[in-house]
Formats: sequence, structure tokens, C-alpha cells
Amino acid sequence: MEKSFFARNPSVLIFIGCLALFTIGVTAMSEAMGTDVISTSFLKTLGKTLCLCLVAIAMDLIWGFAGILSLGHMAFFGLGGYMVGMWLMYARTEMIVVASMANAEIPPTAQEVVDAIGTQIFGVVGSSDFPVIWAFADSLFQQLLLVVAVPGLLALVFGWLAFRSRVTGVYLSILTQAMTLALALYLFQNDSGLRGNNGLSGLQNLPGADAIPQAQISLWFFWASAFALGLGYLLAAWVVSGKFGSVIRGIRDDEARVRFLGYSVEGYKLFVFTLTAVIAAIAGALYYPQAGIINPAEIAPIASIYLAVWVAIGGRGRLYGAVIGAAFVSLLSTWFTGGQAPSIPLGFYTINWVDWWQVLLGISFVLVTLFAPKGIGGLVDHLTGRVSPERYGADLGPDSGSLQEQEAEK
Amino acid sequence: MSQLLEVSGVSVTFDGFRAINNLSFSIGSAELRAIIGPNGAGKTTFMDIVTGKTRPDEGSIRWGDMSQSLLKMNESQIARAGVGRKFQRPTVFEDQSVYDNLAMALKKDRAPWSVLFFRPKPEDRTRIEELAAEIGLSDQLYRKSGELSHGQKQWLEIGMLLAQEPRLLLVDEPAAGMTLAEREHTTDLLKEAAKTRAVVVVEHDMEFVRRLECKVTVLHEGSVLAEGSLDHVTKNQDVIDVYLGR
Repeated sequence: MEKSFFARNPSVLIFIGCLALFTIGVTAMSEAMGTDVISTSFLKTLGKTLCLCLVAIAMDLIWGFAGILSLGHMAFFGLGGYMVGMWLMYARTEMIVVASMANAEIPPTAQEVVDAIGTQIFGVVGSSDFPVIWAFADSLFQQLLLVVAVPGLLALVFGWLAFRSRVTGVYLSILTQAMTLALALYLFQNDSGLRGNNGLSGLQNLPGADAIPQAQISLWFFWASAFALGLGYLLAAWVVSGKFGSVIRGIRDDEARVRFLGYSVEGYKLFVFTLTAVIAAIAGALYYPQAGIINPAEIAPIASIYLAVWVAIGGRGRLYGAVIGAAFVSLLSTWFTGGQAPSIPLGFYTINWVDWWQVLLGISFVLVTLFAPKGIGGLVDHLTGRVSPERYGADLGPDSGSLQEQEAEK
Repeated sequence: MSQLLEVSGVSVTFDGFRAINNLSFSIGSAELRAIIGPNGAGKTTFMDIVTGKTRPDEGSIRWGDMSQSLLKMNESQIARAGVGRKFQRPTVFEDQSVYDNLAMALKKDRAPWSVLFFRPKPEDRTRIEELAAEIGLSDQLYRKSGELSHGQKQWLEIGMLLAQEPRLLLVDEPAAGMTLAEREHTTDLLKEAAKTRAVVVVEHDMEFVRRLECKVTVLHEGSVLAEGSLDHVTKNQDVIDVYLGR
């Protein structure tokens, strides 16, 4: 008898339960509910953290399950943010422009309005014309489609080229780093059409919602982020639970063997790569309205490396590990770099955590990789008593997979 | 009788070394064949060529009733066309259960979308249980395959091949590292499989080949040296020279 999806994956229900409790708890303590325990800025941090957890799930799918160490997924995250940012900026500027022109004696034509918006948005890079890529920016629906379509298409084309030539391992990682670097450098140019290094700003202000306090808007975004994270977790758990999960884990462990079983490995990699790019883009589209600003520095290569570090520290190959890693490390990072961590005076030198946090992060990454390859998620194995065998001594059988002397004695 | 696989005039060179030299080979649709030969004779390269891992420099490979060329297909397409391969070392997915290993190999649509929405039907489960019984792993069905013994892994891999329902089975040194009883079980499995499909066994061990009771092809320096029954080829002077002369 086939057990239900939740019976086979009890961690999914536990995760959704914890997420729901967390969301309710934070809501109850938020400023919008009048309790004022959690400030609006901290609520935004929590909402952003949930988005980072979502992109970590995407990273875990591609790295922990399919074994492809992509160091470029933050590019898709950033692109998602840019796509939603374009609409936010356009729509809000349009409202301001229309309001200021309303007093003119001759009502402005539609073209004059568009020109005025262009001057407002692109004045900062010395231009006033709308580039072609802004063609859909006046429509929320179309721009939301682009959130999925642009990063999805980029991942599809990049992945098709890379996987078709059977680029694997560290070479693929380097290639993805090159992709995100090239994209960042391109966006840094003023004539790229996305305001160069100024990026898009004022994204925290929803068009037409000036009367609604930020406390309320932040709460909405927090809910949306929690909802997206829950859905993303369900989707990822469903994808890896069945035969598809078997195949991608097979690709991680022995690509050639999967090929000889008749599965087109390239097709599967491309599928997972594109799916995770889309998940990352959705996470980004929810993240940047809470951050308020996006610029090309957000998709610098280092961002994607941080993503890999979160997943490694949380424990790759298990979805909740990725979530724990992203939440733990990014919140800790906020604490350390926000100047809240007390400095340690050593007499001759003062350890200032704003400077030393990255060193600490680097050391803990090395330590986790060396001594706890399962990451923080591995603690769950300790609690549930699922201990992996300690393999010492000579093999009992002729092969390295067989029971070993000391195991057999237990 | 039309042949299932016809390899004709195939050559392949690695950095100036001719691993396969004008090799021709053919096998019928329900036949057991053993390939023997000293180290470096090109046995594994031959398998690599048939399964699409290595591209030959010249020659042709015709497959099936339609005489398709295998040279234009990649590994996974060849596998879907019905060529199954067992490697020298047992390669099973050690992180996954015996059940999952078999389920993955089961002959089904291999496209990502249909695999994503695939849920096993009762007949799939029955088939997996039958296969597990055939390879003697019924009790181990939900164990991780990494915990199995070497011989059990070999069988699991054979079981995965059977689940693929290939028309041609290529088996590379199945008896390596097996005990005597395990070897007998393996010969039975292979003989049984050859009743309905073509099976090619590459083997060093003469005793094992003798037990298969089938036609033997002797490879040497990348081409066929002799072909016939085991007794016939062992009397061949060239074969004696190659095997015993150095």
C-alpha cells in the first residue's frame, strides 16, 4: 500500500507547522498589530530572511540533490528583483508625474506622461528615453510574468549550452561564476537600461499605497514571503520525494550510470537548473521590495558563494537543512555586521565584529566542511537517533561498501 | 536469422594506439555469447563503442530489425533502444534502497516530465518484488544498497538490467569477486536471460565461460582472433599462442 506523501515525508508537516507558528508569532508581536515588540525594520529583516531561505532551498535542490554546484543562482535572484522593481518604480513615478502635471492648464498627452516618467527615472544616468527592456514595465501582470520568464530563459539557454557540452564539477561552478559576474558588470553600465550602479530604488513604497503605513506593508510582504517559502518547500519536497528525486540523486552520485539506464542526464540537469532559477527569481521578487533597493552589486559573484556557504552550514541534501542554514547564518550576519555584537577588547587589539565577521564565517565554513559535513541539519539525526555507521577497520567483504570489522561486532 | 547487432569494420585509436582494429561482430536476438581475450585486447572498449561512450573512427554498427545506426545516438538513446550494460565493478546507487534502484531501472517513460509525475502502480510494485526474488534480494528490498555485500550488489545490478528489459545485455566480468555459490547463481541468471534476449559476457575466467556453454569470441589486439565453441577455440593454435605464448 502506497503511503501518502506526508506520511513518507514527516519533515514536511513539521516544517510547515513551524513556519506557520513562526508567522503567527511574529504577526502578533508586530507593530501593525499594536504590540510593538518587533520593530518594522526587524520585521523586514525577518521577511527578507524567509526569502533567503527560499533561495537556499533552490540551491539545495541543485547542489545537494542534483550535485551541481552552481555558483550563480543569486543572479537569478537579482534578476527577479529587477523585474519586479521595474514595475514598482514605473508605477510609482507615473503617479507622482501625473499628480504634478494635473495642475497644468493643458492636460498632458500620454506621450508627455511617459517622457516625464523617463526623465524622472533615467535622469540619474543622463538619459530620458525608455530602453526596450522597459516595454512591459507599465503592466504589473506582464512584469510579474517576466519575473519568471527572464531568469527562466537565461537559465535554460545557459544550462543548455553548459550541460550539452558535458561541463561538470568545478568547471561548471566557474562557468556559473562567470555568468553572474558578466551580468553584474553589464548591469553596472549606465546604458544597460537599468540605471547602472544606482540600481532601482524606492521599492519599499507600493504605488497607490502612500496612506498605508510601512508597518502594515512590511507585514503583508512578510506573509507573502512565508507563504512562498511554504509553497517552495512543498514543491521541492514533492520533486525530490518520488522517482524524479531518485534520478537526480543518481546523477549526483554516478552520472554515467544514470545515462546507461536510459535517462537523458542533460535533460534532467537542465530541468532542475531552470526550476531552481525560477524559484530563486520568485524569492528575489519578494526580497527586493522589502530591501527597498537593488543594484548590480547584489548579483556579484560573492553573493552566490554566500548562498553555497549557507547551504553547506545548514546541511545540504536535506531541505530543512538549507532553510536552517540560510536563516541562522543570515540573521547572525545581520547581528554581527549591524554593530550589535559587542566588540572584544584584547588590550593590544580590539576585535571589531563588523570587520571580523567574515573571518569567523570563513572559519566556521571550513570547520563545518571538515568536522560536520552534514551541517546543522545533522543535529536532527542525533536527536532522532539515526546514526550513520562509523566506518573504521578493514572491509569485511571485497568491496568498500560492505560492513566493516568494527561495525559487525556491534 | 536476422541479427540483432551487427558491428562491421570498426576501428578506434587512442593517441595513436589502435585499441580496436577492423573489428566485426554480430549476435542474434536470443543468443548467449562470451568474449574472452588477454588484457588490453579491447574487450571493454568494444562495450564502450556499442553503448555509445566511445565513438569509433570508422566502421558501422547496425541495430535491430530496422538496421538503425547506433553511431548517431548518445548513451541514453542507445540504452532506451534496448542495450543494457553491466560494469566491471558493481555500480548501484549506494545511497538509495534496493527498491529505489530497481524502480529507477524499470522500463518506463524516461522523460523528465513523466518521471516527475510518475507514481508507482500496483503492477510496478509486483514487478519489483518479482525481480528482487529472482536476484535473491527480497529481504533486503528496503535496505540501502550501499550496505549490501559485493556479490549482492552484483546481483542488484543484474536485476536492474533485467528491469530495463533490454534486447541486448552487455555484461563485463560478472563473476569477479564472487564466491563459488554466487557464481553458479550468476550463470543461471545469465543463461535464463539469454533465452529471451541477446547476452554478451566479457570474462577472463575460463572456468566461468565453460559453465556458460555458449559460443565464444576471442579478441586479441582489437580484432577477432577466433570464434566458435570453447573447445574449438582452445584448440586453435593462434589462441594458444596468445594466451600461453607470452
